[in-house]
Amino acid sequence: MTTDTFQIAGKTYSSRLLVGTGKYKDFDETRRAIDESDAEIITVAIRRVNIGQDASQPSLLDYLPPSEFTYLPNTAGCYTAEDAIRTLRLARELLDDHTLVKLEVLGDPQTLYPNVRETLKAAEVLVKEGFDVMVYTSDDPIIARELEQIGCCAIMPLASLIGSGMGILNPWNLRLIIEQSKVPVLVDAGVGTASDAAIAMELGCDGILMNTAIAGARDPIRMARAMKLAVEAGRDAFLAGRVPKKLYSGDPSSPITGLISGTK
Amino acid sequence: MIQLFINGERREFPAALSVATLAEQLELIGKRFAVEVNGEIVPKRQHAETTLNDGDRLELVVAVGGG
Repeated sequence: MTTDTFQIAGKTYSSRLLVGTGKYKDFDETRRAIDESDAEIITVAIRRVNIGQDASQPSLLDYLPPSEFTYLPNTAGCYTAEDAIRTLRLARELLDDHTLVKLEVLGDPQTLYPNVRETLKAAEVLVKEGFDVMVYTSDDPIIARELEQIGCCAIMPLASLIGSGMGILNPWNLRLIIEQSKVPVLVDAGVGTASDAAIAMELGCDGILMNTAIAGARDPIRMARAMKLAVEAGRDAFLAGRVPKKLYSGDPSSPITGLISGTK
Repeated sequence: MIQLFINGERREFPAALSVATLAEQLELIGKRFAVEVNGEIVPKRQHAETTLNDGDRLELVVAVGGG
């Protein structure tokens, strides 16, 4: 079998599972889950330094060195284009001119649904400033197309609300986005369990980004493995090409001739 | 005496100081952090030469776990 890699912003990756680093019990569990997931790209948030905190405390970067992973700083918690842009400029400075970022501008704290108007505004500025923008958005194919035209390097529609674990609620919209896009499409948000990940990959998306589904599982390490296998299985099923569905007619798998005859 | 607003908190310092000196006082040396002064990023290479003035508003950030 040929190796199945894909590219984001000119860099080749073999793992199609991207994972977040939030919500784990401790850094040790974070590291073990991420190792088990085989993810190459990991998201991080940018937050204020806790002034006065014991400086000898380990940091996320001690457990997940940027030399081993591709960091994807996000704008989680930002509700305006301005805040998202500022956050990612800080991230670029923090990570030594790193340009690959995840843009998400939220519209509402209850649903965490994206504010696409602010997202489009921020994307325009960030692309002009040389960022490689992987953009979290709704599953609206028209907005997805506009984000691609602006120059985003990956389109990341939600499957359902962030952290909801509700799975793939609108496979038709995801298919529309996948079929029209020339840049990678990654399902971001909403995956609850392994079958959701497999379904997303069977639809033909290039990858999946998830956090809660792994970190929030009773056994995050085992779920990380389940997700890795599900993403691989779904991808293989997509590449293999499934059989068409046949309504109301069976199709035997065994030969219909050569059956033994009756004794009478 | 000058006062700075660091991550929204007011702090007093006996005299004007550079970003690098402040980072040292906050035990941030050797850590990965980024600084914004009055909305403008101060790149690492300018930490030593950038003097903070009375009333400056700073954002000091790090990378943390997130999805």
